[in-house]
Amino acid sequence: MGYHLKSRRMVYGLTLFFIALTGFAQMPIFKRYYIADIPGLGWLAQFYVTHAIHYALAALLMGFCAYVALDYFFARRHGSTTKFKMTENTKISASAQVKIAALCGLIITGIFMVVKNLSGVYFSHGVVIGLDLLHLLFCMVLLGATAYTWVRRRTWIL
Amino acid sequence: MHSPISRRHFLKTSFFAAGTAISGAGIAKAAAPADADKEPLVTLIDISRCIGCEECVYACKDANAHKFPEPEKPFPKMYPDRVPVEDWSDRREVADRLTPYNWLYIQYASATTKAGEKITLTIPRRCMHCQNPPCVKLCPWGAAKQEKNGLSRIDAQICLGGSKCNKVCPWDIPQRQTGTGLYLDLLPAFAGNGVMYKCDRCYQKIEKGEQPACIEACPEDVQTIGKRSDIIKMAKDLAKEMDGYIYGLDENGGTNTIYVSPVPFDQLVYDTGDGKPHMHAVKDTMADGSNLSIAMAIAPVAGAAAAVGKFYRQMKEEA
Repeated sequence: MGYHLKSRRMVYGLTLFFIALTGFAQMPIFKRYYIADIPGLGWLAQFYVTHAIHYALAALLMGFCAYVALDYFFARRHGSTTKFKMTENTKISASAQVKIAALCGLIITGIFMVVKNLSGVYFSHGVVIGLDLLHLLFCMVLLGATAYTWVRRRTWIL
Repeated sequence: MHSPISRRHFLKTSFFAAGTAISGAGIAKAAAPADADKEPLVTLIDISRCIGCEECVYACKDANAHKFPEPEKPFPKMYPDRVPVEDWSDRREVADRLTPYNWLYIQYASATTKAGEKITLTIPRRCMHCQNPPCVKLCPWGAAKQEKNGLSRIDAQICLGGSKCNKVCPWDIPQRQTGTGLYLDLLPAFAGNGVMYKCDRCYQKIEKGEQPACIEACPEDVQTIGKRSDIIKMAKDLAKEMDGYIYGLDENGGTNTIYVSPVPFDQLVYDTGDGKPHMHAVKDTMADGSNLSIAMAIAPVAGAAAAVGKFYRQMKEEA
């Protein structure tokens, strides 16, 4: 695996870890269950801090996804110059398809949740609850699929 | 008392809501900006007129008594032990602070006028009904809601009592009652802790075209409610007339409750603490999120540009 792909995996892995952590920190659970009492983790109980970090990481994740998606598109059409060669026969694995679907769901519901949080924007109560639940559902699907691919050593592309 | 909402009903409602949310059309419809002809309602509170008679406090209790919690006892054991039991059900008569059974109280403040006279002011205190309320926007469960008329309220049938709304509220307004609400039907030992309560500006009366109980009951006409633009003008005129000061217009990015006082708010001396909110200047707590949303709009474009740039360099090298 080339340096380029290694650094990609590292950026994605760290972003996914911290965005999930700050996402769960939106629920008042880390203080209740002493996690925020662990030295260095007190910030997990500060809702505005975790909220801002979650937003910043969401921006990073969206930028990263846009980069990787377009890069994949170009590489598949024209062949990659990195050590990992891609051709038109290169395919996305089934587990990666699940992860991509979950990421798309997270990004779409996340965008609506960000818009909802702007001043002067009113969403109906049912939509707000729906967005909250769907965002959580997509998160669980992504984490589940990520855990599966990690344990079974599945790759994104075949 | 168990919440009247059953787990099955809640799940059904949730899945229905989720279905609605997934439909783009539903979201687009729901995400309407505040209608220009439906300006938010704002309350003007002229502190100089308040005599502290507490008519508003008891009118609030009467008008909202049917919404007050009737918790089941004994409360389920909650884990870990640090989870606090907050029970006001045996102290319903408490009226000198905010509680789940007292959504409005009179705060006593001492001050010195410009003429050097020492005075005591009485200030009706309750939810400020922020224009961009963090209690509503940051509720992880969607239990709080904001209506187009500017009021924010907590749905007692959905709230799990995690108290995040209290922590993110600059004035710590919402108050918790343990032993009531949906959490009893889910995992009462491990998640949730009751229901949060606060002023909902008598939404049931406003829906009928009536005024909130506290405004109706006031013998001194301390409070006036009306369209935001009208009330802001009225507040500024009143402040000019009494050479006074305004609170709530800019606090937390703007609220739908505006106080006018004859003395500066930072010179008022009053008790603060649990259920007794301050009157300090408050920065816009939602501003960081709003600013970061711009970064979110730019990030995918930057990511796409980086990929195109990389592709362009590769093509150039190959040529």
